[in-house]
Amino acid sequence: MRREIPLIITTVTGLVFAISYFIPHMPFGNSENIFGEWISIVQAFAIWLGVLNLVKVSIDKILSKKGDAYYSYIVIISLGIMLIVGFWDGLSGLYADPPYPVIDDSTSFYWIFKNIYTPLTSTMFAMLAFFVASASYRAFRARNFQATLLLIAGFFVMGGRVPLFDLMISGITDVPVFSHFADWIMTYPNTAGQRAIMIGIALGIMSSSLRIILGIERSHIGGKS
Amino acid sequence: MFRVILTLLTSIKNPGKIKTILFSILLILITIPNLNGQENEVESSNIATSKIVASILSAPTDVSAKDTDNDKGQSITINWTLSADDKDGGAVSGYKIYRAVEGSNEFVEVGNESEGTTKSTDNKTTDGVSYIYRVDSYQILLDSVGNKSFVTSASVASSPVKSSAQWFNFNRGYCLIFVLFVSGAIIYYIRKASAGGEIYVRKLGGIDAVDEAVGRATEMGKKVFFIPGIQDMNNVQTIAGIAILGRVAQKAAEYGTWLEVPVSKSLVMVTARETMKEAYTAVGRPDAFNEAQVHFLTDDQFGYAAAIDGMVVREKPATIFYMGAFFAESLILAETGNAAGAIQIAGTAMPSQLPFFVAACDYTLIGEELFAASAYLSGEPRQLGSLKGQDIGKALFLVAIIVGIIMESFGWTIGGHNLSAIFKVN
Repeated sequence: MRREIPLIITTVTGLVFAISYFIPHMPFGNSENIFGEWISIVQAFAIWLGVLNLVKVSIDKILSKKGDAYYSYIVIISLGIMLIVGFWDGLSGLYADPPYPVIDDSTSFYWIFKNIYTPLTSTMFAMLAFFVASASYRAFRARNFQATLLLIAGFFVMGGRVPLFDLMISGITDVPVFSHFADWIMTYPNTAGQRAIMIGIALGIMSSSLRIILGIERSHIGGKS
Repeated sequence: MFRVILTLLTSIKNPGKIKTILFSILLILITIPNLNGQENEVESSNIATSKIVASILSAPTDVSAKDTDNDKGQSITINWTLSADDKDGGAVSGYKIYRAVEGSNEFVEVGNESEGTTKSTDNKTTDGVSYIYRVDSYQILLDSVGNKSFVTSASVASSPVKSSAQWFNFNRGYCLIFVLFVSGAIIYYIRKASAGGEIYVRKLGGIDAVDEAVGRATEMGKKVFFIPGIQDMNNVQTIAGIAILGRVAQKAAEYGTWLEVPVSKSLVMVTARETMKEAYTAVGRPDAFNEAQVHFLTDDQFGYAAAIDGMVVREKPATIFYMGAFFAESLILAETGNAAGAIQIAGTAMPSQLPFFVAACDYTLIGEELFAASAYLSGEPRQLGSLKGQDIGKALFLVAIIVGIIMESFGWTIGGHNLSAIFKVN
C-alpha cells in the first residue's frame, strides 16, 4: 500500500487536471485553483523540513570541526539573527498603535533585507555578466561548421544590438543594416528554433505525464518502474 | 420648456447677458429627449464643477446579454451597437455597463469600456440569477480650469439572462482531438512494446555518458553532485530530474561513489531522499545510503547558486548533473563547474537557459530529451514505447507545419477562415 496509495493519488489528480482543461463545469472547473491552494499550504509547512535540515547539517559540520566549518557558523548565526529580529519586529508591529507590518521601512528586519540580502543577491546576479563573457569566448571558437555559423550569427546580433556598427557604416548607407539583420536573425531563425524546441518539450511533457498517470514511471515516488 | 425658450429670446435682445444665453441653451439641451427616446443626463463628478458645457449624446442600441460561452460560469457577455456619436472625433468617451437583478430595476455599475468597444464581460455574476443589463454612453467634459463632468445617455435594458457553467469548452475541441490522438499513439506503442515489439530509440549522448561520468568520479575518488533545479515537485521538469536521479543513484551505489544532492525546496529534498533510498536498495546497497547526501540549502535563487558555487569550488566534484528547471543561475552554476574541471551533464526544458548549458557543459539534454532520459536509462520496453508514441505526435506537427506554410503562403483558407483562426485555442 505504501506504493499504491501515492500511485492512485497521482493517477486521479493527473486525470482530473487533464479533464478540467476541457470541462469547465464543476467539479472539474475549479480543480486547478483548489489543488493550487493545497500545494501552497503543503509547501508552506514543508519549509520547516528544509530549515531543520539546514540547521542539522550545519551543526554536524561544526561538530566535525572540518576546515570549512566556519561557513556553518555563519549560516547558524545569520539564521538566528534573522529569526530573532523578525519575531521581534513582527510582534512589535502587531501590538503597535497603529500596527505596522514586518516589511516596513522602520523595521530592522527590513533594513537587513534591504541593505544586506538585496546587495548580496544583486552581486550574484551581476556575476552573470562575466560568466556570459567567458562562456561566449569558448562557444564562439570556430572549431567546426556549426560553431562558425554561431560565431557569424553572434557577430551580427551583437553588432546589431549596439549603435557602433551602424554608425560605422553610416557614411555608406543610412539603412541600419546591422540592426535589421540582427532583428531578422532573432525574429525568424531564432524563433523557429525555439518553437521547434517548445513543440518537442510539449510532447515530452505529454509522454512523461502519461507514463506517470499510468504508473509506468514511478521513480519520482521512490518506486521501481 | 416654453418658459425657458422665452427666457432665451428675451436674453438675446440684451447682448450683455451671454451667461444667461449659455445657461438657457444648456437647460434646453438637457430637457430635449434624444432620438432614441432616452434622457440625457449630466452628472457632476466628485471633482468640483464650476462650469458645464453640455452636448446631446446618443445612447448605444441593440444591447443584448448572453451567458459567456465555454466557461465555468459566473460570467455574462454584453454586446451592443455603438452610439451614433461614437466615431472619429465623436463625443463618446466610453461606455458604462450597469446590471440589475430582473424585476428590481436597481442598476449597479459592473464595467467601463473605452469608445469603439461593443463588448464587455461581467465576471461577477451568480449562476442561476436572472439579470438585465443597460449600457450608458458617456462623454467627459472639462471646463476651463480642468474640472470634469459627465454627460451620459442610457440604453434600453437587455432581455433577462442567467449565467451557467458549460460541460465542454468547444474552443479546445481541436486540442482535445490532438491530445487523444497522441495519447492513443503513446498508449499503443506502450502496449506494443509490452507485447515484445521492437522499439528503436536513437542514442542520447548525454545519457550514454552517465556511466562514464560516475565512473570518472569513482576513479578520482571525488564526489558526484546532482542539482535538480530550483522548482518544486509540482513542476514536471523537477519530476523528470528526480526520475533521472534514481538512475544516477543506482550507478553511484554500484560504484560506491558519494552522490550529493543539494536542493532548494523541502519537498524535493524529501522526494529525492526516497528516490535515492530506493535506488540504493535496488542494487543491494541500502546501507550505503546516507540521508545527509540529500540536503536543503535555501529556496532563494541566488543564495542557492552561491551555496553550490562554494561547494563546487571547495570540494571540486568530478561530475555534476544539472537536471530540472533552471533560470538565471544556470550559467553561474555551469561556469563554476567548468572552471572546477568537472564533467558536466545538463538537461532542462527552459529554452532560454539551453544555450548557457550547451556552452558550459560537456553534454546537454535539450528539451524533450530531459523527459525521455528516464525512460532511456531504464531500458524498460514500456517506457521506450512511450517515446515512440511521442514521435508520432512530432510527425503530426511536422505535417501540420508544412500544410500551414503552404496555406499561409498561397493565402488559402478553409470556409473563409485561415488556419491560425481555426486552430486558435482559448
